[in-house]
Amino acid sequence: MRKGIRNWGPPLLLVSPTIIILGIFVYGLIAANIQVSTTNRHSLAPESAFVGLENYVALLSEDRFLHSLFNLVMFTVVFIAGTMLFGFIWAWMLDKGVSAEGIFRSVYLFPMAISFVASGVVWRWLLNSAEGDRASGLNRIFESLGLGFLQNAWWNEPIWGMAAIAMPAIWQLSGYVMALFLAGFRGVPQELREAARMDGASEWKLYRYVVFPQLSPIALSALIIVSHMSLKVFDLIMSITGSIYQTEVPATYMWVTLTSNDYAKSATIATILLLLASLFIIPYLIQTWRSEKANR
Amino acid sequence: MRSRRLSLIAGFALAGLALAGCSPASDSTSSGSADQVEVFTWWASGSEKAGLDALVAVFNEQYPDVEFNNAAVAGGAGSNAKAALASRLEADNPPDTFQAHAGAELTDYIAAGQLQDLSSFYADNGLNDAFPATLIERLTSDGKIYSVPSNIHRANVTWVNISVLEGAGIDPTVAPADMDAWIKDLTKLKDSGVETPLALGTEWTQMQLLETVLIADLGAEGYSGLWDGTTPWDGPGVAMAVDHYGQLLDFVNSDYVGLDWDAAMQLVLDGNAGYSVMGDWAEAAFAQAGQTYGTEYTTWAVPGTDGIFDFLADSFTLPVGAPHEAAAIDWLKTISSADGQKAFNIAKGSIPARTDAVASDYPAYQQTALKSFGEDTVVSSLAHGAAAASSWSADLSSAIGKFGADRKGDALIAAMVSAASSALG
Repeated sequence: MRKGIRNWGPPLLLVSPTIIILGIFVYGLIAANIQVSTTNRHSLAPESAFVGLENYVALLSEDRFLHSLFNLVMFTVVFIAGTMLFGFIWAWMLDKGVSAEGIFRSVYLFPMAISFVASGVVWRWLLNSAEGDRASGLNRIFESLGLGFLQNAWWNEPIWGMAAIAMPAIWQLSGYVMALFLAGFRGVPQELREAARMDGASEWKLYRYVVFPQLSPIALSALIIVSHMSLKVFDLIMSITGSIYQTEVPATYMWVTLTSNDYAKSATIATILLLLASLFIIPYLIQTWRSEKANR
Repeated sequence: MRSRRLSLIAGFALAGLALAGCSPASDSTSSGSADQVEVFTWWASGSEKAGLDALVAVFNEQYPDVEFNNAAVAGGAGSNAKAALASRLEADNPPDTFQAHAGAELTDYIAAGQLQDLSSFYADNGLNDAFPATLIERLTSDGKIYSVPSNIHRANVTWVNISVLEGAGIDPTVAPADMDAWIKDLTKLKDSGVETPLALGTEWTQMQLLETVLIADLGAEGYSGLWDGTTPWDGPGVAMAVDHYGQLLDFVNSDYVGLDWDAAMQLVLDGNAGYSVMGDWAEAAFAQAGQTYGTEYTTWAVPGTDGIFDFLADSFTLPVGAPHEAAAIDWLKTISSADGQKAFNIAKGSIPARTDAVASDYPAYQQTALKSFGEDTVVSSLAHGAAAASSWSADLSSAIGKFGADRKGDALIAAMVSAASSALG
């Protein structure tokens, strides 16, 4: 008995601060948030009554919220496709062997060190939608290269606007995805490649049948990481456009409702965002848990 | 042996955590005392900071025993400050006094019982006579007044580039009589080769433009009725205003959604646009560019709003449970005093709320604003929190932003009707 507590007591004592803090500040506050989202607290006044799922029904049938979801989907699809594509291609090219690989790796990875807010301020200018004489940023570059027909309104475009906002995000995170894939490429044992070559596989077949299949766990991790970042996107949009209707996503909408003191609505949006993120994260957790169990 | 050491470390870790939890909240809450005052604002830079500094100088002179404690929160044109303030009020830890837009933006605080009634403060200090009656009317909510304005701005001002207009053969000194006449001038300007006759910016500047069009088409009384439910949002007046606003959007710069007001005003300053509608804080931009009123630029009330003063004001409040209430009242006395208002407004570029201000103390534009403030009918600005509670104006702002993208007038009116019905209940 005494031996038992000696075994598990100290480790439990050591992790308990983290557990307590996480319990209060993450899980406790999630519970508090969900509680607020089921009340009619639409102002600063603390009095409120339980209204069940009324806020959720109202929100999901609201054009404005659906518009923000559409923007989020547009952003997420372009962002994920872009980072996965560029990250994969770059990693592949580095894996094929270039001189000064370290320099390329740093060059591609470095944008990740910049905060979304800082790059947002720069891209706000690059994506300026003025054309012709007053053009600045990318439109000015097109103009001076004689490619004036490429000028466009970027995020001012009604439907495709969010794809333009995804550009800075792709620029920042492709390098990170590249680093993940590169680690995956390096994780493929040299013997396997040699064996394939011995069997007469061409370079393409070597990659297609030997290397790529071993990258799928990496691809899944990259997908999860990038997509949950995308769902939470807030700072990038705030610094490029501010909180305006045209580029509204659920996170910026939540900010607007919070600052106009509609606490119940704000909490409802936050809960929906959490559910959306868990759609991606829970399958991932299950998958990792299973593979860890299998390895044991 | 090893596990012994582990449990020792764990014990220390836990003790450390417990100690951290016990560390005293080092608040200086000497309740009710009058030796210091914590003033919460979003005046942290530029002319606003200069104004606050000038005000503090007067305060230190009038109340040398009270220490001024600056609790300014910078950034986001006040939205950061409002978020910080909301959490302090939620935690029953209010500052001694905080800045807020005068008018309907206070509704939420009043409904939540977070503000003290200042009617007796007004009576004790003769403010009911010092401020114009129409302003008092705008500040009063259910017979009570909850804030003391420190400065007044005007929102319905058209800024005009004289040489651009003269280039198209339009007389810049005479304001068009109404919206239709203005749209004729805008067409003329466009036909003469000016690509963007009217400069516009991001969502709140669109809201400010629409609000001035509403004033022009509904008149002062009709416009004020929108906010108490006496003017219907689905009536012919609003429909006409939406139609006029839609026509105005045909004359604006293509990149307007992405520009803040100063970038939009730069188009007028540089001669790329003929007009822009903006509050009178734009005066500072023209002064900075070295332009002279009457030669390079001029201003008039937005066409159709002559004789109406679309006001917005910063004001200070007395929260319930202010830790240093007596000192907070001293602060309110300073900002409402003639000296305090003069020092603050000359530095900030706005005008005092008091009618006994001496016009010759102020620069040229402010003199004209002072004159109209004394004579005109005062209405409340929507874009700056005077007309509608913040959730109402947030709904309207989004509907107006949507209209900019899809130009569906019916949808805009429907959205405004539903915003009004959920706000007025």
